[in-house]
Amino acid sequence: MQTSYSSSRILLPVRPWFIGFSLLAALLLNLLPTSVWLGVPDWLSLVLVFWSIREPRRVGMGIAFLLGLAMDVADASLLGQHALAYVLATYGASSLSRRILWFPLGQQALQIFPLLLLVQVVQFGMRMLMIGGDFPGLAYFLGPCIATLSWPLLTVLLLLPQHQPVDHDANRPL
Amino acid sequence: MDHQPPPFFKRGPAPLALLSFYVALSLALLIADARLQMLEMVRQALSLFTHPLQNLAHLPARLADNASGHFVSVTRLQDENTQLKRARLDNVATLLRTQQLEVENARLRKLLALKERQQANGQTAQILYAARDPYSRRIVIDKGLQDRVLAGQPVIDDAGIVGQVTRVFPFVAEVTLITDKEQTVPVQIVRTGQRSVIFGLGNGQLELRFLPANVDVQEGDVLVTSGLDGVFLPGFPVAKVVRVERDTSYSFARIFCMPLAGVENFSEVMVLDSRPAITLPEQLAKDAAGRELKPSARPGHGKKKRLKKE
Repeated sequence: MQTSYSSSRILLPVRPWFIGFSLLAALLLNLLPTSVWLGVPDWLSLVLVFWSIREPRRVGMGIAFLLGLAMDVADASLLGQHALAYVLATYGASSLSRRILWFPLGQQALQIFPLLLLVQVVQFGMRMLMIGGDFPGLAYFLGPCIATLSWPLLTVLLLLPQHQPVDHDANRPL
Repeated sequence: MDHQPPPFFKRGPAPLALLSFYVALSLALLIADARLQMLEMVRQALSLFTHPLQNLAHLPARLADNASGHFVSVTRLQDENTQLKRARLDNVATLLRTQQLEVENARLRKLLALKERQQANGQTAQILYAARDPYSRRIVIDKGLQDRVLAGQPVIDDAGIVGQVTRVFPFVAEVTLITDKEQTVPVQIVRTGQRSVIFGLGNGQLELRFLPANVDVQEGDVLVTSGLDGVFLPGFPVAKVVRVERDTSYSFARIFCMPLAGVENFSEVMVLDSRPAITLPEQLAKDAAGRELKPSARPGHGKKKRLKKE
């Protein structure tokens, strides 16, 4: 459990089932047929990066690899393409985890951006290397930008269960 | 962490070691899949786990769809009903004549000692979703090995050819659209009878390649399958010519076409049964057997190579 710069409040320990639930929810969001819209972020990579920053000992490269394989099969992409990208992003995130939480949320998002960009670039590079093809257009890199913008919101949302008080106080519910 | 003693000694392998292990594993998978194409079984096994998840993801949308379908107003249904009845009456004349023409055609073909045309049979399927991959034009349909769908089967909708089944999973199948960069379809121009091969461009359009600059092609020409590939039945509409560029500095004309079928729509499609293999003359069959040392899992690939050689 790590405190952050903006609040010195000590959070509750995270519940393992909540990590699993949020990862599953992100996977389901990715499986939705949203490919018709431009710039829909890769939710799974975002949530993976989040948890490997907050809880590097619980969410690691093994989980990232398995989820990446699931995405590969569902997405009809090359087997290992998502897996490689997620593993690299998770490694980067867990090595950032010691210092990034001392920054305010906006600056955290700036440090997350290269990681999310890496996910797209690795997939693009592997694709070029193995099969070939041309540049899919700048809209392909719009996803990470939007994901970066949603980082503060995601942080608040995923930390909500840890903000609850230990003893319930009828006068002050939060 | 929590209330456990600090994990001084049980941290597992070093992160860098883990990273190199997983990276090596992913690279091995990538190479095995892209270059050697030997992971179809693994993919199928994994799809057994991802398929329920996909169903779960699509559940809210489907429920909403069902609910809204439930509350559709009666008047709209009645309108639709009358419209359909009228359309059926309109079609009846053509249909009756078609039956008669088919019989007559069969008789004439018999007289001419030509092979009989194969009837098109198939099963309808629902498009589940389009793959997120921005590089390829593929859709996933809700029929798979369970419904005896095989790789290589053509897929059509009510307006023409949509694509070809390229990968089959236990419950779903992946269809490569004709607009995909790796997909080619042998076609012929209805007006002139000119045979050619149409290539997907990957941006929703198709291109007729390798036709001389002075070829007789006009905007609005309709292209149908020629059936020379032994995969698609002849006579299905494929595309319509939208733009012809005749540049004298190139020896070939650039002919751009739009697909006739609702390739990018989400609707019902029909998976046609595969055609029986055409028996090749002996010499040709021997040559082909010599060449097909590495049977590829993607029929689109193999076909393209063969066509290029011709």
